[in-house]
Amino acid sequence: MFAYIVRRLAIAIPTILILVVISFLLMYSAPGGPFNSERPLPAEVMANLEAKYGLDQPMWRQMVSYVWGVVTQFDFGPSFQYTDRTVNDVIAQGFPVTLTYGLWSAIVAMVVGVSLGVSAAVRQNSVLDYLAVGITIGAQALPNFVMAPILVLIFTLWLGWLPGGGWNGGQWEYVIMPVIALSTSYMASIARITRSSMLEVLNSNFIRTAQAKGLPMRRVVLRHALKPALLPVLSYLGPAMVGMITGSVVVDIIFSTGGIGQFFVNSAFNRDYAVIMGITLLVGVLTISFNLIVDILYAWIDPKIRY
Amino acid sequence: MKLAEPDAKMLQEVGALAEVRGRSLWADARARFLRNKAALIGLVVLILICLFAAFGGLIAQYERDFVDFSLMGANAYQGSPSIETGHYFGVDIDGRDLYARTVQGTRISLLVGIVGALVAVLVGTLYGATAGYIGGRVDNIMMRTVDVLMSIPFMFVLILMLVIFGRSILMLFIGIGLISWLDMARIARGQTLTIKNKEFVEAAVATGVKPLKIILRHVVPNLLGIVIVYATLLVPQMIIFESFISYLGLGVQEPNTSLGALMSLGTKQMNNGTLWMLFYPLFFFLITLFAFFFVGDGLRDALDPKDR
Repeated sequence: MFAYIVRRLAIAIPTILILVVISFLLMYSAPGGPFNSERPLPAEVMANLEAKYGLDQPMWRQMVSYVWGVVTQFDFGPSFQYTDRTVNDVIAQGFPVTLTYGLWSAIVAMVVGVSLGVSAAVRQNSVLDYLAVGITIGAQALPNFVMAPILVLIFTLWLGWLPGGGWNGGQWEYVIMPVIALSTSYMASIARITRSSMLEVLNSNFIRTAQAKGLPMRRVVLRHALKPALLPVLSYLGPAMVGMITGSVVVDIIFSTGGIGQFFVNSAFNRDYAVIMGITLLVGVLTISFNLIVDILYAWIDPKIRY
Repeated sequence: MKLAEPDAKMLQEVGALAEVRGRSLWADARARFLRNKAALIGLVVLILICLFAAFGGLIAQYERDFVDFSLMGANAYQGSPSIETGHYFGVDIDGRDLYARTVQGTRISLLVGIVGALVAVLVGTLYGATAGYIGGRVDNIMMRTVDVLMSIPFMFVLILMLVIFGRSILMLFIGIGLISWLDMARIARGQTLTIKNKEFVEAAVATGVKPLKIILRHVVPNLLGIVIVYATLLVPQMIIFESFISYLGLGVQEPNTSLGALMSLGTKQMNNGTLWMLFYPLFFFLITLFAFFFVGDGLRDALDPKDR
């Protein structure tokens, strides 16, 4: 087990390096730099600016010094767009927001998704089952950039219950709609996966044995069937968690929550290389870590896995 | 002698049975698919949508990029859907005919989905089959590469690519093609591992068939079932993905449009009371996705039967 974790970590490091190189090359090959604007700057000013941010150096130099800064000092460099701030500041401002509604979304998606999936599977082909399947298919197809404005229309404009955007330090009124908009499609996927794997488990022999022993259905489901049925859900959870915690770019934009997604899109349009790199790396590292955690959990829970 | 007649009858029945042709795997699958009502309805809807995308433009009264300046900005009270004006689905904020634009949006969305799935099928299947068939170190390297690519946040990289290299439909196809094949490669590899130890592959190896030909002639055809299922389920994912990119304004550019771009415009005009700008594209978006979901599920049940 320990060797497995070490091996996985050993793969994670080159992955991150490749990620750095790819995003760096992409940005380097971009026509136009961060200081190109409508009114061209005088040549000397431009040269000074480029020297300040190290943009006059050869490419490999820039890349090496960037990676060096990140690895040794956890320093992602200064932001080109917000002159008084570093990338670390930008991430420190945006990431807690994203993390807050991301974690809530993950919890909501898991709890609602699993309970919906299990109850649909236990009463297969009942009205409840069809209803659950219908809801999940609809929720998977409806993009959140359509759902979010409809939520705003209903809860803000018509009912006036919830604020239509902003963050306000993460008060609960401000968190509810982003969480709904973000978690729904993940919830639907989890419910679908849970339902089909639960159906498979419920048809297996050990469940029949448990029922034959005379155990009540409730106990059979919760004690015997739930754990094996959740394994496929677990493997979906890795990418889903990343998707939710890195936040949806769309949710950030619609609700102006100020998460990293919003900063990312702004920076991409402004060619603020440093912020883009920082956020891409952050998301990449999160992706790798969550996949690692899920794989380890999987190996720990399911004795059939060879690692 | 008394038995003669029943015997003859029985023989006839046996003879009749012998005339029944052998059932292939595909014929079985087709029968299962046709018995599945949801999948069948999905297929019919899908065909209708394709017809709409292909020929819907013929009954449009306006060009999709024709701007009616008298309706520009006045669509909320003069541009509502009506048969008489020829704007069946109403007019958008710029005075353009929404029907013609919906036809085109459906076409582009379908195209994006299908191109994404095709790339996945071609690249992913060959890649996965090769990795699985060769095995050993090559397999290890090839699949680790897939793992690495999978942990790259593609939504972010795609946004970056579209910002940097300009927004074009080609770039969008490249970006979507880059992501779509990864899952397929994993699935194809897994399936290849079980196929490659079967007797018919052994026989091919024994008769001296070259590895490439074994992969193409003996392995890939046996992957087709599962590949088709996942390709069908991949199409809606690609369509949804494109709609996000379009929402950010990075997708298909004017005067072309996609369902995602239309819906995004629709949500932005929702407060003006021009709800048709959202709901017509949304309707086509949703039924397209539902159709693909149902057809995909039906195909899975047909080609990969388990008692669910």
